[in-house]
Amino acid sequence: MNILVCISSVPDTTTKINFSDNGSKFDSSGVQFVINPYDEFGLTKAIMLKEKHGGKVTTITVGELNIEPVIRKALAIGADEAVRVNMSPKDSYSTAVEISNYISENTFDLIICGKESSDYNGGVVGGIIAELTNRPFVNACNGLSITQNTANLYREIDGGKENLEIDLPIIIGGQKGLVEESELRIPNMRGIMQARTKPLLVIEPKMNDILTESISFEKPSERGDCKIISNENVSELVSLLQNEAKVI
Amino acid sequence: MSIIVYTESWEEKFRKSTFEAVSYASEVAKMLSTNVIAISFGEESSEELAKLGNYGAEKVLACNQIEKGDSEATSNFLAENSIDANIIVFATTNTSKMIASRLSAKIKAGIVSNVIELPSEVSPVTLKRKSFSSKAIEQVKVNSDKAIICLASNSYGVIENHKNCSIEKKTINSSENIRFKGQEIANGKLSLAEAEIIVSAGRGLKGPENWKMIEDLAETLGAATACSKPVSDIGWRSHDEHVGQTGKAVAPNLYFAIGISGAIQHLAGVNSSKVMVVINTDPEAPFFKSADYGIVGDAFEIVPKLIEEIKKIR
Repeated sequence: MNILVCISSVPDTTTKINFSDNGSKFDSSGVQFVINPYDEFGLTKAIMLKEKHGGKVTTITVGELNIEPVIRKALAIGADEAVRVNMSPKDSYSTAVEISNYISENTFDLIICGKESSDYNGGVVGGIIAELTNRPFVNACNGLSITQNTANLYREIDGGKENLEIDLPIIIGGQKGLVEESELRIPNMRGIMQARTKPLLVIEPKMNDILTESISFEKPSERGDCKIISNENVSELVSLLQNEAKVI
Repeated sequence: MSIIVYTESWEEKFRKSTFEAVSYASEVAKMLSTNVIAISFGEESSEELAKLGNYGAEKVLACNQIEKGDSEATSNFLAENSIDANIIVFATTNTSKMIASRLSAKIKAGIVSNVIELPSEVSPVTLKRKSFSSKAIEQVKVNSDKAIICLASNSYGVIENHKNCSIEKKTINSSENIRFKGQEIANGKLSLAEAEIIVSAGRGLKGPENWKMIEDLAETLGAATACSKPVSDIGWRSHDEHVGQTGKAVAPNLYFAIGISGAIQHLAGVNSSKVMVVINTDPEAPFFKSADYGIVGDAFEIVPKLIEEIKKIR
């Protein structure tokens, strides 16, 4: 089975977010980049599926040279080869178009994206790729097994989950539940050594339309100071919530 | 030039996020001097469909039931019916985003999710959205003629604006690619995305057997229950209760954090809450810096008292 995992390079989840150039650009100085957590669940699932059914796991990332350490980490975890589209990602649409171009020129049975990236949280790249490559798409997928040529999937919906069956090839937006947190893999020394020599193909973008444009960023307004209420006086909290905050 | 709104229902009732999306669309329609057409795929009753008129829809195209997971059939219908529309509004739910993203590629419309405000301009459409896991607010401009807006839950509010609403029935076919095997409903649980109040607890509770008082507090308040990541990782509570950066992002009116220290990843998922209350034994817990109200003390003493006090006013 040929699996493609779309991987986004994002700031580590503990990062304090700052902006430069008058709030127009994300300030990446001193920021540690990691595999997008949602993509990491998908990558681990892809490796597990390969171990069970055979085949190959390829990753694809849209980004410039400076994101290669994140790609090498994916290879160290167990992907067989990687592709980098050499451009700084601009918006969901152009990112999805570049990935779709690569998909159209190759054969994949399963394409796994994260349900969103933890930086811009757009959550739409997977659906755009599905439409551009004309494949069924399941978002917020939190369970996947494959028998013969058919995928059995669970999709999280508000209030429960939905169980679906679709013939391959398909594309999914994955999250926790595809694999459990405890099943995530940490690269070992052998994996890290092997990753250095695994193929990393760099392809040039085809320059697409950009449909949405980031203009500026601001920090959400700070809350006032926390009002501390004595632990002897719980009724005061209730009264504040009722009369001051008016939320109960 | 109408504004199109995608509607989503659960057990034949429209979701609150749908009424919010219709309210939002009707205000955008005012800015453009046009009207709102809502599209439904759920076989809701005419009485339920007519409710969309309470929030500003002037027309509903009511299709026969299409499974929510069938994003091909629904996005096709939406594309055919939005030829003259420049703005299409969705809520930001898993299902909406699945359909909206397909639609955006189909009609080549720039798509903006997690939107929190009305557009500051409509030509070109310029909006604010939550970004970087709610650690930032991003202003985005849409370059395409058509724009798809996915409104973040609990950000705009449900606003009544009564219109005479006509209902037109439509028939469409499901896509043949997807076979639906069933639905598992999280029983008796209030949805975290739509809850007005959330009671959340962390490792400070020491064990899963101590959650009874959290559930009691939630029940007293009519709230949903949630938990921190370590708690769902250890298996004390199920994954669908995990709120935070890699779990669910929530935005209730009131969020209780009980025995949760307030790691940056947790705060990212909850800091859109309007009011936050923290209860923690450790006065140095980072959550106190982000909350509105706090009590330093033992949850096992405070929560039962809190339940008692709330019962007095309810």
